[in-house]
Parts: sequence; structure tokens; C-alpha cells
Amino acid sequence: MSTVVETHDHGHHGPAKGLTRWLFTTNHKDIGTLYLWFSCLMLFIGGSMAMVIRAELFQPGLQIVEPEFFNQMTTNHGLIMVFGVIMPAFVGLANWMLPMQIGAPDMALPRLNNLSFWLLPMAFGILISTLFMPEGGPNFGWTFYAPLSTTYAPSTVNFFIFSVHIMGISSILGSINIITTIFNMRAPGMTLMKMPLFVWSWLITAYLLIAVMPVLAGVVTMMLMDINFGTSFFNAGGGGDPVLFQHVFWFFGHPEVYIMILPAFGIASHIIETFSRKPIFGYTSMVYAMSSIAILSFVVWAHHMFTVGMPLAGELFFMYSTMLIAIPTGVKVFNWIATMYRGSITFETPMLFAIAFVALFTIGGFSGLMLAIVPADFQYHDTYFVVAHFHYVLVPGALFGIIAGVYYWLPKWTGNMYDETLGQLHFWLTFFSVNITFFPMHFVGLAGMPRRYPDYALQFADFNMIISVGAFLFGITQLLLVFIVIKSIRAGKKAKPEVWEGAGELGLEWTLESPAPYHTFTVQPQVK
Amino acid sequence: MSEQAYYVPESSKLPFAMALTLLVFIIGAANTVIDMGTESNSYLVLLLSFAMMWTTMFFWFSTVIKENHAGLNNPMLKNSYIYGMAWFIFSEVMFFFAFFFALAYVRNFAVPWLGGEGEKGIANMLWPGFEATWPVMITPDQAIQGTEFLGPGEEMSLGTTYANKGLAGVLGWLPLWNTIFLLTSSVTVHIAHLGLKNGNRRQFNIYLGLTLVLGYLFVGFQALEYYEAYAHMGLTLGTGIYGTTFFMLTGFHGFHVCLGAIILTIMWIRGLKGHFTADDHFGFEAGSWYWHFVDVVWVCLVAFVYVM
Repeated sequence: MSTVVETHDHGHHGPAKGLTRWLFTTNHKDIGTLYLWFSCLMLFIGGSMAMVIRAELFQPGLQIVEPEFFNQMTTNHGLIMVFGVIMPAFVGLANWMLPMQIGAPDMALPRLNNLSFWLLPMAFGILISTLFMPEGGPNFGWTFYAPLSTTYAPSTVNFFIFSVHIMGISSILGSINIITTIFNMRAPGMTLMKMPLFVWSWLITAYLLIAVMPVLAGVVTMMLMDINFGTSFFNAGGGGDPVLFQHVFWFFGHPEVYIMILPAFGIASHIIETFSRKPIFGYTSMVYAMSSIAILSFVVWAHHMFTVGMPLAGELFFMYSTMLIAIPTGVKVFNWIATMYRGSITFETPMLFAIAFVALFTIGGFSGLMLAIVPADFQYHDTYFVVAHFHYVLVPGALFGIIAGVYYWLPKWTGNMYDETLGQLHFWLTFFSVNITFFPMHFVGLAGMPRRYPDYALQFADFNMIISVGAFLFGITQLLLVFIVIKSIRAGKKAKPEVWEGAGELGLEWTLESPAPYHTFTVQPQVK
Repeated sequence: MSEQAYYVPESSKLPFAMALTLLVFIIGAANTVIDMGTESNSYLVLLLSFAMMWTTMFFWFSTVIKENHAGLNNPMLKNSYIYGMAWFIFSEVMFFFAFFFALAYVRNFAVPWLGGEGEKGIANMLWPGFEATWPVMITPDQAIQGTEFLGPGEEMSLGTTYANKGLAGVLGWLPLWNTIFLLTSSVTVHIAHLGLKNGNRRQFNIYLGLTLVLGYLFVGFQALEYYEAYAHMGLTLGTGIYGTTFFMLTGFHGFHVCLGAIILTIMWIRGLKGHFTADDHFGFEAGSWYWHFVDVVWVCLVAFVYVM
């Protein structure tokens, strides 16, 4: 009821009216909402590009688009999904939940928070606009290897380079804000080892982001100089090396893939403990596992480039270090299972997504182990097996984590329960279509179908048709998610403060009313 | 925790203005590099974005300073600024790391392999006649009579300077003087800080002023070094991997020295206007952290670019 009272308080504690509320806001909940809707919009833009790709690959031969445009679609699909969907969605969840989970009034640096968000529409507006320029957009794959992205790139690559700079600035500023908030703004009594696991996962993620986003800025700066100012970083004629590009890119790129999964680990941990009605098994080992994953992520980068021609010692080092990551990841998976063991489990939509996350992410993890084996990777490299692997960790991994988190916290945000029947329908449609889409990619990949081509040999035709059907089903199903979210914003059964049975014990966010008031914890709670 | 609530501004136009500024920046910068060498005014958009950036930053920082003077910042908020600056510097460290990484890679792997040494020396089959040396004075392209990448005429290292001109050459070696300037300025900025903490404003003003003089001397000497390289030594960005790594590493460092000097100049002016107290001067302290950071980067540059 206090929200009703506060709106009469000369609007001083409530949000501003109209568009300026969203343009000029400094409120972590508003900014979280902006991030989440932005990533939702980008999901459908990037998803449409995937639909173009799958429509072209429905049958062998060239049917719908020119190969040149197909390349632009694969490139922009990847860039948008990585930088425009997964990362902003996690930052949106962090914005909403971190201050509420640690008992802070807001994020530590609220104006910087607004800047971090509004840089993203600028960067992606420019990136997407390149598709409509005469030379077309980036067409060199989301990993933009030199010299394809330097010597042989369309001139719009310059727009791409500066867009990446701005995305990087956004991520760095956002991460500085998150680390500062976590270190400085915790409620009295909340020691580091009492922090909720989602907070821990974001602390580690933000550290990784600050460490590697500047390296990405460095590598695109080297590209810019090679293209426009005659330097020879990636040109052997001048004494440089195109392979240098791959080393620097993947030094960023490998921690980046953990950036896209660690917050999902945190979300899954909360959901599994809530719906198993047991505290998480092995909290301390969860923290240490995430930390070891983060540290190891800096010394495995070259497993993306085993076929590039590295010395044998390098191949062996990166193979073994990559395999080491299976240990902390295994710790996490077994802890989730142990949490569920003998719990009194109920299967609400967030729990379904969280369990599917554990099972399907593990499949992606195992195919990653297969790819880590150097001699085997010589066969798998740049095939659909790789596409299957990273889509398993990013779609039923990261994206399921995000969707699970949205269902889990939605009643806290809107004050209304979502429609459980529709939620269950959404889950099962998503679960089946995601596997129809990505599982057969393992088969065509092992049989030798290369990635990033608009055409393929006839023996891959049947599986590709199945994959395309699954992809379209998956795409359409996600419209249901938007419908469910909007329905919950507009109306629905009123949610209690603790929302989920017994959740009140599990975190400070569940001690707040639903919907959470516009400003929370202006007086910090005491944590025992 | 203190009784005073953590200050959360209700709303602000500044961040959105900054985001718009960077939108103009992308458009201006990308069009400028695309139109290079043609008749075009696109650089005016880039200049506009710089003007917008300075304006926005001016209003942003003055807002923050006014808030602090109005007593809105409780100890916890001041701590947030400290954490923010520390992690920002960490991100800068990682930016430089990328370029040092590139230098280490080309020196230890790429160039020896191109010259036929080591496990991947087969690369030399494409560049017969190229010999791996550092600095690379004759590029692989040049070794096969190509003309795209011609090597530099001279290079900047301490060893070569000593070999060619002896001790007198070393004494006239600009990086030596720049090292002296920058290391001394790190000491003077610390003395200025001590003065501020002890309430000795005179010491603060003088030593910070001295720091600025040393900082601008550094920038001037580096400009002179670049002029020498371009005008007399045949060493440019386009002279293969040596020119590339030399100018990119020292150039980004020089750019950061300029930023640090601008920050400290503003702090000096603020000090003259009576800002800062003995226990509340994080604006200056952040600037001095930044200054120590560019100093450390310079030491690494001297070691890896000029000496080794």
C-alpha cells in the first residue's frame, strides 16, 4: 500500500511522467527495465536474422538471399545476440536485483548507470544501419578475423569498429558500477560469503568484463589502424601476423563466453534452491567454482584456434587448461543436483527452465570437452558441431537462465503473478523446439557440414529441413513470452511479498512488497 | 552507517546528452576515416562531437562538485567514487596490456617465424630473403622486392643510439629526458598531495604546478621525437611492424599523458579557486592516481620499446 501513499507525495519519490522518465532516469529499476526491453527487441531483430539464415538453409541450393547478404546475416545475428541480447539482459537483471539483494538504496553511481544503458541503442542503431548502406553491413562473421575484416572488408567496417568501442564503453562503465555497488553498498552484516549467489556471479562477471572489454577495444583499434593508417599489425608483409588478431580477439573472447554464462549460474542457483525448498548445496564451493572458472578463462583462449598453426606445446597447454575448466563446472552441476536431491520440488515455470538449463547446458559443456581435444578438433573445427556446441551453451544455457530469471522475479517487478498455464506452454514449446533446432546440428557437423555457408551438400538436406522447422517454431514461441510478460504487467493474481512459498528466508528482495516500491532500502537493513 | 542517506539524484539529462554525443562521435569518426583523402566535410561532425563531449563533461563534473560542496555526498558515496576510479584505471591497464601483448607476440613468435626460425619457420617460404631481426628494418614485403611496406630508415632504441653516437648520443636521447621528467613529476605530485593533506596550500599549488610543467615538457619532447621520426629518420606508422608498435604504444601513452595533464591542470585551477580540504579532495587524488598510472606505463614502455 505504501506505493499508493507515495504517489501522493508530490511525485517526489515516484517516477517522473512521460518519455523523460526513461531518457533521464537514474533509478536502478527503470534502467533495469530499459535494459530488459532493449534486449527483448534485439532478440527479435537478431532472431529474424536467424530466420533468414534458416529459411535459406531449409533446402540445399541458393533460394532466397544472395550469399553476400547471407554473410551479413550470420555476422549480425551473432553480434546482436552476444552484445545486444545476452549481455544487456543480464545487466538488466543485475540492475533490478543487485540493490534489492544486497539491501542498497540504488546502484552506487546512478547517472553512470543511465549512460551505460543509453550507449547501447546508439551503438546498435549504427551497427544495424550499416545493413542499409550501399556497401552492406559487416560480412566477416561475428569473430571478424583479419584480414577478412581489414583488407577485404566493406568500408562500413569503420562504423562497426566505432560501434564496438561504444558497446565496450557501455560494458566497462556498467561493470564498474556493479563492482562498486557490490563492494561498497552491502547492508551491514552482509559479508562477502553471505552474499546471494547471483550477486557473487555478477561480481565475478563484472571483473571479467573490466578485464577483457579494453582488450576488445584494443583489437578493433588495431583493425582501424591497419585499415586506414597503414600499420601492419595483421599483415605479414610488414612483419605482423593475421594470427595475432585471433590471439588478441580470443583473449577477449574466451572470458566473454563466461561473462555470458556466469550470471545464469547465479540465477539457476536461486531458482533451484527456492523450488526445491532447500538452501543451495555447497554454497562455498559454488563461489570457489565460479572464481576458478573466471581465473582459468584467461589461459584457455587459443583452443578456438587449434587449426591455425600453433607450436605443439601451445596446442597441448591450451588443451589441458581447457579440460581443467570441466572440474569447477562439474562442481556446480553436481551441487545443483544435490540441492534438488530429496527436496520437496514443485515445477513452476522458472524451475522448469532452470532444470532444463542444468541438463542442456551440460550437453553444451560436454560437446565443449570434445572440441577441446586437439586432434578431434582438427575434424570438428568450423563445422556445425561447433555451431551446435555454442548454441547449446548460449540458448538453453544463457537464454534459458535469463528467461528463468524473468519468470522468477516478474511477480516482484509487476506485483502480479504471470499466467502459469501459458508459462508451462511456453516452456514445453521452447524446450522441444530448441532441441529440434540444435541437436541435429551435432550430426551434420560431425558429418562435415561447414558453418557460415549459404549452401550445402545434398546428404545434409534432411537434417537441415528439421533444423529449420525447429528454428521457426522456436522463434514464434518467443512471442508467447512477450505476451505473458505484458499480461502480467497489466493484470493478474496479486503476488505476496515472498511470492514463492518459503522464499522469504532466501533473500532480502523477498522481504519487499510486490511490486517493489520505486525506492527501496533508503535505510539499510541489518543482516544477521 | 551514517545517518545521512545515500544521495541518489532524481533524474539527470547529463547521461543522455553524453550518449547522444557518442552517437555523433561514431558517425563523425567513421565518416572521417572513410572519406580520408577525399574532399569532404565529415570531420566537422567529429569536431562537433568533441565540442559536445567537452561541454557535457564540464556540466557533469561541475554538477558533481556542486553536490559535494552542498554536502550531499555521505562517506559511502565518496567511497563509491574511489572504487569507481580504481576500477577505471584497471580497465586502462588492460587496454595497454592488449598492445604490449601484440608487441610480445610479434617479437617472440611472428617475426622469428617469418624469418624461418623456430617451429613455424616454414612461413619463410613465402618471404624468401627476409631475416628476423628486431627492430625490423627490412620488412618481409621489402625482402621480396615489394613496395607496400618499406622498413624504417632509423630506429629509436637505446642500444642503437649508444652504438651510433656514444655517450653524448645517450645524453641527447629524448626518452631519457622524458623518463626523468615523468618520474620526477610522480614525486612532485605526491609532495603536492602531502601538502594538501597537511593543510599547506602553498606547497600544493607550487608542486602541482611543477608537476604540470614536467608533464607538458614530456608531451613537448614526445612531439619533438615524433617530428624527428617523421621528418628525418624515415620512421612512420606505415614502416612495418616496428613503426606500428612503436607509434601505437608510445602514442596511446602520450595521449594518456595529455589526458592526465588536462585533469591535473583542472585540479590546479580548482585548488587556486580554493576547492579541496585536507580530508576531502578525491578529485585531485583520482587525478594523481591516473598520473602514477601513466608513469608506470612509461616505465614498461622504456623497458620493452626503447631498451630491450
